[in-house]
Amino acid sequence: MTADNVIASSAKQARQLTEAEIAEIEHEKELYPDNRAVGLEALKIVQKHQGWVSDESLLAIARYLDLPVADLEGVATFFNLVYRQPVGKKVILFCNSVSCWIMGCEGIRSHIKETLGVDFGQTTSDDQFTFIPVPCLGDCDRAPVMMVGEDLHRNLTPEKIDEIVAQYRGK
Amino acid sequence: MVDNPLTKNIDMSRPPLDIAAYEANDGYQSVRKIAQGLGSADVLQLVKDSGLKGRGGAGFPTGLKWSFVPQGPDSPAQKYLVVNADEMEPGTFKDRLLMEGDPHLLLEGMIIAAYTIGASKAYIFLRGEYTRSVETLSHAIKEAYSKGYIGKNILNTGFDLDIILHTSAGRYICGEETALLNALEGKRANPRAKPPFPQVSGLWGKPTIVNNVETICNLPGILTYGVDWYHGLSRGKDHGTKLFGVSGKVKNPGCWEMPLGLPIRELLEDRAGGMRDGLSLRAFLPGGGSTDFMLPEHLDLKLDYDEIASVGSRLATGTMIILDDKTCPVGMVGNLMTFFAHESCGFCTPCRDGLPWVDAIFRELEEGRGQEKDLAILQEHVSYMGPGRTFCALAPGATAPLGSGLKYFADDFKAHIDKKCCPYKH
Amino acid sequence: MAKVVIDGKEYEVNPDNNLLQECLSLGMDLPYFCWHPCMGSVGACRQCAVKQYRNADDKNGMLVMACMTPAADGSIISIKDEQARDMRERVIESLMISHPHDCPVCEEGGECHLQDMTMMSGHNYRRYDKKKVTHRNQYLGPFINHEMNRCIACYRCVRYYDDYAGGTDLSAQASHHHVYFGRQEDGVLESEFSGNLVEVCPTGVFTDKSFSEHYSRKWDLQTAPSVCVGCSVGCNTTPGERYGTLRRITNRYNSEVNGYFLCDRGRFGFDYINSDERIQAPITRSESGDIEISVDDAAALIEDLKGGAAIGIGSPRASNEANFALRNLVGAENFYCGIADDEHAVNRLILELAQDEAFHTPSVRDIEKADAVLIIGEDVTNTAPRISLALRQSAHNKALSLASANNIPQWQDAAVRELAQHERSPISILSGYATRLDDVASELHIDSYAGQAELAQAVAAELGGQVDAPSGLSSDQHALARTIADHLRSAEQPLIVSGSSSGQLCLVQAAANVARALQQKSGSPTSLCLVTPEVNSIGLEMLTAAENTLGAALEKMTSGAARRAIVLENDLYRRAATQTVDQALSNLEQLVVIDQMPTATSAKATHVLPSTGFSEQESTLINYEGRAQLSFQVHKCATAGLPAWRWLSPGETDVNGVINRCSEEVKGFEKLDDMLPHGNQFVAGMKVPRQSHRYSGRTAMIANINVHEPKQPQDTESPLAFSMEGMPATRDCSILGAAWSPGWNSNQAISKFQDEVNGDLKQGHTGSLLLERNQQGGYLGLSMADQDSGEFSLIRAYQIFGSDELSAKATPIRQRLTDPYVSLAPVDADRLGVRQGDTVSINGNGQLATVCVRSHIKPGTTALYAGDNHLNLQDLPASVILQKSTESIGGNGIGGLIVSDLYEESY
Ligand SMILES: Cc1cc2nc3c(=O)[nH]c(=O)nc-3n(C[C@H](O)[C@H](O)[C@H](O)COP(=O)(O)O)c2cc1C
Ligand code: SF4
Ligand code: FES
Repeated sequence: MTADNVIASSAKQARQLTEAEIAEIEHEKELYPDNRAVGLEALKIVQKHQGWVSDESLLAIARYLDLPVADLEGVATFFNLVYRQPVGKKVILFCNSVSCWIMGCEGIRSHIKETLGVDFGQTTSDDQFTFIPVPCLGDCDRAPVMMVGEDLHRNLTPEKIDEIVAQYRGK
Repeated sequence: MVDNPLTKNIDMSRPPLDIAAYEANDGYQSVRKIAQGLGSADVLQLVKDSGLKGRGGAGFPTGLKWSFVPQGPDSPAQKYLVVNADEMEPGTFKDRLLMEGDPHLLLEGMIIAAYTIGASKAYIFLRGEYTRSVETLSHAIKEAYSKGYIGKNILNTGFDLDIILHTSAGRYICGEETALLNALEGKRANPRAKPPFPQVSGLWGKPTIVNNVETICNLPGILTYGVDWYHGLSRGKDHGTKLFGVSGKVKNPGCWEMPLGLPIRELLEDRAGGMRDGLSLRAFLPGGGSTDFMLPEHLDLKLDYDEIASVGSRLATGTMIILDDKTCPVGMVGNLMTFFAHESCGFCTPCRDGLPWVDAIFRELEEGRGQEKDLAILQEHVSYMGPGRTFCALAPGATAPLGSGLKYFADDFKAHIDKKCCPYKH
Repeated sequence: MAKVVIDGKEYEVNPDNNLLQECLSLGMDLPYFCWHPCMGSVGACRQCAVKQYRNADDKNGMLVMACMTPAADGSIISIKDEQARDMRERVIESLMISHPHDCPVCEEGGECHLQDMTMMSGHNYRRYDKKKVTHRNQYLGPFINHEMNRCIACYRCVRYYDDYAGGTDLSAQASHHHVYFGRQEDGVLESEFSGNLVEVCPTGVFTDKSFSEHYSRKWDLQTAPSVCVGCSVGCNTTPGERYGTLRRITNRYNSEVNGYFLCDRGRFGFDYINSDERIQAPITRSESGDIEISVDDAAALIEDLKGGAAIGIGSPRASNEANFALRNLVGAENFYCGIADDEHAVNRLILELAQDEAFHTPSVRDIEKADAVLIIGEDVTNTAPRISLALRQSAHNKALSLASANNIPQWQDAAVRELAQHERSPISILSGYATRLDDVASELHIDSYAGQAELAQAVAAELGGQVDAPSGLSSDQHALARTIADHLRSAEQPLIVSGSSSGQLCLVQAAANVARALQQKSGSPTSLCLVTPEVNSIGLEMLTAAENTLGAALEKMTSGAARRAIVLENDLYRRAATQTVDQALSNLEQLVVIDQMPTATSAKATHVLPSTGFSEQESTLINYEGRAQLSFQVHKCATAGLPAWRWLSPGETDVNGVINRCSEEVKGFEKLDDMLPHGNQFVAGMKVPRQSHRYSGRTAMIANINVHEPKQPQDTESPLAFSMEGMPATRDCSILGAAWSPGWNSNQAISKFQDEVNGDLKQGHTGSLLLERNQQGGYLGLSMADQDSGEFSLIRAYQIFGSDELSAKATPIRQRLTDPYVSLAPVDADRLGVRQGDTVSINGNGQLATVCVRSHIKPGTTALYAGDNHLNLQDLPASVILQKSTESIGGNGIGGLIVSDLYEESY
């Protein structure tokens, strides 16, 4: 009988949240009346710092905020923008909703597939990009559009895609 | 006086006006009126008189909605205002313009709304992908705090208001006002049963008003320039101006502030420049992905809530999606069905399990494996997922393009089955 | 009452309910999934669609969900409407698009609500020919199987597990067509009430794992109405047997006791009945070994011990009949209480209080209605688990009253919870350690027994009770007492809970004082719920003279005053100090032990007689309320076992005779025989079959041995038959084992037998309350236990899985057992130099326990769990010395322990 057996009914251990993460979570606590609401904020905060929400991060948040980890998982898996799997350095959010579809986003998607070698849900082998579809980005008058990280790119053409990829690869 | 109160400060080629410039152009006048003694009951009456209807999609009279919030000493002390800035309806790109173009207008509107209903805390529920809006709004909120328009004891009125910017983790259903409240509370964003309505038991069980960004942006004008001015803005039965957008293969897609009651043709031809060369108009969705198709024959109708409803569609968000004659209508509806199936929250049966079936049928149609019998199943799903049958309005929204598409594009559906492929691709 | 028109006919309904509930109460068939009688409506499944018309002129009407629509006066609805029927058929069709259609191999098959509703809705042809969604299943521990592909996403599981039962490790995950119900990762379901998922889930996602391992269809199980023997609540159950082995236990509805839910001890703790270790035959021990004896030899043996020739020791886990028969045999003056002396003393006080007019003993249903609760030193989750589930519901009453004040119907479950947020009816807990109800506690005070009693006494004083206010309390403690007193004072239905598991008189005395003070304030009796640890503790106490303690019996043996003794279904080594029992037994000439399983006591017997288990005999048992309940025999005993009363009353064969005699001869038992079924409960005088109409393979059951079908056993005693012959318990029958009604093969059929949803069963069968209140007592002084010189004052900790002697022998439960442990405060652990999981020796006498460091325990106290008979609590003084030990206990460890306050140094 070791101490580990006692504590660890879970195979995974919570990781230690960083000071920066904790500071931001503490800030959110002031804005919401209970920890449950902060839970979703904490998922976003941790993702911002870590790129995604690992099991270890999920456990860490649950512990820090004293929330049931099962509930937190239920929330994390509900939302499109919480990643429970590792993603590349930049996430490409590719709009494939109706206006972009009319304006030919399928062709752009094929082009990305060819250039980067990934389709929706996949990460490039160099871990640079993860390619994800996203509902309408609200920029339909300049369709097709996509976001790379926090930046919006509009009126996409295959040539523009090449430029954008080169630009980020260069960075 | 101005005739474009929503966009008068907007010029997307430069950053939005800072607070001083905003103030200089009649900004925050409404808050000053409140400071000078305009009571909350007076504001409520003004908003009722203005005839303002919600711009989030349902078109519910704003003043009436506010009047359901319990007031008086027995009502809960804490009330909330929530601004619905989740804009995820396919083909909708109007709230983004307001938030990136003139964030102070939204804040001013929020102060009015919060003051009227007695909310000391307001959340802006902003879709997470709107990173530019995060910047403009955060900056504007800071400015407004520093000038005392928000915070404690606003302009010595004794009224306190905190505005908190919340970015969503992304789901279309979060735009549904009760699902939005669950998301704000950090829960899975399933909608809630109504009744009880949020006005009575909303955010954390407290009385809450949820309004769309554009709705709120109408308020400063109404208070500053008056109800008569507001009534004079429109060209039809409904009052005020509205943001109208056009996307698809038109010459000049975009989003403009226009009087309500404007004929559709004027918007399409004068503003959007008509169809691109070589293309003609096949049909259009008048107000985002959850509205019924309309046809070229409807172009002379006015952009009014009732007129659009008279042909079985909805004005909804006022952002049109144009279908041209070289684009496959079946593909377009199929694209929307994929969207709705994916964005279903999974709470109620018809939506959760009906939409994937519909979507699967569209995939087969597109791949040339469509079957005649499946068309009947699609048709059945139109009523099966209709209003009242599902828990919220998401699935009924999906049935709008589906039902009208089946009706207007029957030949195209048939051609996909007969030719065993998409005729527009081959 | 309101009037509504349903399909053209007018009915009276309760406007406070929804239309679905009222339609079901009226006996109509209207399909549903997400609604549950105990959990209200959320409107998720959309299965209960009906047409509602605005007025008599409205010909079109509108589809509404019956479960989400109030049964308002003047409503006009149609269930039969074409559109409504079509909608219901479509809903089933789409629920089934990804359902695996694996009914033949599904454990739910034949009692599946989804199957029933599918038939009821008319969906019978699969049109969906696309891909199904599939899921991965999880390991959920020894009790529950997980087969997510069968899920229809009604959300009942999480609503039950989390919202109703307070679980935290099951959640709804993902979204749209991929919604998933499970844990965050594989692992044991932590709730003590997880087994109810099996019955709450309308299909086969959550099934009974131990049943799966020796599965049988529902209709092939032989069943009878039974009573759980796991604790003093006496939940009603339906055990099912096939091929001579007991296969499973399901809930049997009783409006006053368990309602729809059991705890996991009750549901999964029975398979010792099938154990090879059962005592197989009557034996006599001699030098040369065990010699099997005949029933006649045994009768002669017993005959010899009659009328004062021996003393008898009764048992709190034996039936009234067995205890009565023993008492009858040896004479009341020679009949002793087989309960530890300290607990016995508390039980006597409880019995006395049960006759005091100042109090009222609440049923489980009453407990759910309490609006302020004070729990004093009884960890009910582990000693009377079903009560803990009821107490949790009481916390929800505040939400319900808030809802009413805001015109939100109480059945609008999600809306009620949303409105109330964290508002709860107060539950104040005084305890030696953190309990599983702490998450709904408004006040929590962790202290030694004396500390708890004094705080409770302070509450009584605050309430104006004529008690000596304790002197040594801090100002915080006074403030706490005041808060608790305020809660209780302002409640309409306050409830005080305590019990005898601690063996501490002072706790129950203080509880009675608080309750009396409240009663004197309000003028009406206060609900006082005092639980005893075992299924028939109260019955045994009622049959025993107060002074006939176990200590007195052992003393008689030791002194030689008694040379012969009969021990009934009891292991004395769990009841008195080892040395004392050793001495007493070694002095006996003859020791007859009657039991089901061998024990340390039976090992010392000169004669051992096998008795039948709970499912093998008809018996009566008396629960914590003094409620006598009748439990029928389900199946034949596979050993040579006889009901203990039969060994003890040779010549007697009819249990009804024993019951009649007991009710005639023993004071307090007058109403015992009221429960026996009467002639008018049978259709045309026919018996009620234990086997269903569809019971299959009877003629072939032993065909591998003999092709001649043996004659079915005759049941001459009960109204039930060991066969399919007779009239099944249809409506209006109070001897209802497995509920079945045409079209309703699942447990949901129960609504057909209730006078209204959640109401009494038609003709009722809630048992008879034996105790009458005709005494007036006064305030009690606190009898504090002496503290001796040990370092840690001892608090007894109990475990739902392990503290009950018999259920701890069941296979699934054994997988959840932990080692004995001592809970320590971090400072104490530091001082002893021990860490989580280390071993300590107790009082240096070789007894070992594992260290469990907890953040909520008072320094200087230790909560000790004795394991499944690893430690004998009676060997330990009131305080103990602990020392780090290098020895290992070598059991399951304490990794499976589920407590909220496990101390973790690293965080
Ligand atoms: C599926 C669904 C999505 C919605 N999305 C939005 C949205 O993104 N923004 C919005 O303002 N309203 C949205 N609505 C409408 C809101 O529920 C609500 O009616 C609106 O925010 C009220 O504001 P208003 O009265 O100012 O129009 C949505 C409704 C549904 C059913
Ligand atoms: S949602 Fe209603 S809608 Fe469904 S049964 Fe469940 S019970 Fe009714
Ligand atoms: S459809 Fe792509 S931005 Fe709107």
